[in-house]
Amino acid sequence: MTDQAYNFAYLDEQTKRMIRRAILKAVAVPGYQVPFASREMPMPYGWGTGGVQVTAACLVPEDVLKVIDQGADDTTNAVSIRKFFRRVSGVAVTEATTEATVIQTRHRIPETPLHAGQILVYQVPIPEPLRFLEPRETETRKMHALEEYGLMQVKLYEDIARHGTIATSYAYPVAVEGRYVMDPSPIPKFDNPKLSDSPALQLFGAGRESRIYALPPHTQVVSLDFDDHPFQPTKAAHDCDLCGAATSYLDEVITDDAGGRMFVCSDTDFCGGRRAVGHTGRLGTREAPNPTRGEGASPPPRGEGPGVGGHAGQRAEVVK
Amino acid sequence: MTGPLLSVRGLTRTYGARIGCADVSFDLYPGEVLGIVGESGSGKSTLLSCLAGHQRPDAGAVLFRTAAGLTDTVTMAEPDRRRLARTDWAFVHQNPRDGLRMGVSAGGNVGERLMATGARHYGAIRDRATDWMGRVEIAADRIDDRPSAFSGGMQQRLQIARNLVTGPRLVFMDEPTGGLDVSVQARLLDLIRGLVRDLGLSVIIVTHDLAVVRLLAHRLMVMKSGRVVEAGLTDQVLDDPQHAYTQLLVSSILQV
Repeated sequence: MTDQAYNFAYLDEQTKRMIRRAILKAVAVPGYQVPFASREMPMPYGWGTGGVQVTAACLVPEDVLKVIDQGADDTTNAVSIRKFFRRVSGVAVTEATTEATVIQTRHRIPETPLHAGQILVYQVPIPEPLRFLEPRETETRKMHALEEYGLMQVKLYEDIARHGTIATSYAYPVAVEGRYVMDPSPIPKFDNPKLSDSPALQLFGAGRESRIYALPPHTQVVSLDFDDHPFQPTKAAHDCDLCGAATSYLDEVITDDAGGRMFVCSDTDFCGGRRAVGHTGRLGTREAPNPTRGEGASPPPRGEGPGVGGHAGQRAEVVK
Repeated sequence: MTGPLLSVRGLTRTYGARIGCADVSFDLYPGEVLGIVGESGSGKSTLLSCLAGHQRPDAGAVLFRTAAGLTDTVTMAEPDRRRLARTDWAFVHQNPRDGLRMGVSAGGNVGERLMATGARHYGAIRDRATDWMGRVEIAADRIDDRPSAFSGGMQQRLQIARNLVTGPRLVFMDEPTGGLDVSVQARLLDLIRGLVRDLGLSVIIVTHDLAVVRLLAHRLMVMKSGRVVEAGLTDQVLDDPQHAYTQLLVSSILQV
């Protein structure tokens, strides 16, 4: 139910108009960071104030909103922002990637491929990819303007010199349409290939830094690398312990203080969906007797899917 | 090649009513080392930063020989000037901390200009960096150390390597030996002299140390209060100073 004390989607219409203008400019110049008059939001910086403002400016009453935090629909940040928008806009919310029209995300791109018409809104802490090498904003703007991106390569050089490979595993810099170098927000580099040629519109909002940038649908996005050290997306070398997926990005969950651990899909909707149609992983059973001795767990009956919100419940059970 | 590499005409830079440097004109030919001496506040550094494009002069022209002939770098578009600054020019700062990235390894520092000009092969970049570390007498096993772990002399040599790796034609040096003790200074001067001769560099070197220009410079300009008071061959100016200020400068050197 909409809280009548607020305008639709919290921000007033003039503010949304200002943000939409920034978004339009960002879409017109893919990868370029457009300054905008970021507002104070009723949550602390670092909780996604930029993403929330972009989402608020994009929402229409017919939208179906999904909010994910590190891939999960049921973590604090995701739950809070979802509740916030349900209260101030009254739009329908969902956990299903395919049903959503607007997806606000923190640090992940959903495993389920996006489709045309969807908007993916990223929360961005530091939009400037060159920031840690060049602290002067005047200088980084000039470098973007003049396309001087040698410095970004220095960062990758340092990685190889120190670690033997490009050790940057998240916020991996990309070149957009052969022009602007962009920070894709702290998504794992596993997700970088999904940025390119996506049928969905991708918007990036940085609240504290007052910047918005965008990737229009079907934009070419290339991860930077060296000729002799090509870009490689990485993930934990395991299958999901709950749904058995071998190709999804995994979280490592420590289950006890004796070295017990499990790997689960970071995308809860993807994992839950797979289990609903009968896929099962190493520990993906309600009867899992002892997760530290997971090898001995009897396989669950086929076709047994979790109920509503079952993923979180089951994970909790297994972890217990 | 015929004609000057750099031709400066009527260069003036003022700070409000104060003069930074006024009406400076000279030609620099390929392979030539020009020393600019003078006391503190005489406008040496202002002149150098105007020449290198770090400051915009109020009047005058700085003509640099590019593929298209002599081009005024003052009125040149900024992208072109910055491209010159990372390919054909080099700037060695007095304090290596200004010229190096202290948070980046020595190899990364040397490789930065290569990467800025399009090098994208890690192995090749590292080989060039190792080669240049050797040329400036830094042990190859220090390539992954940060400059903050280096001594002052090593930092200065690293800065020189970082600047020369792209094969510039014109090097600006602002007091390259300042802040180093004499024995390190001597080695650094030796090194610079060797590099200048081997690579056929043109150099503009700003210093207040007459011994440095005596060793390095072919020609000399003496500045006072923003103006050039005397110019000529180094030995001629130092051995037979004409202007009163130059005479004072030469006679002020301590004899050990």
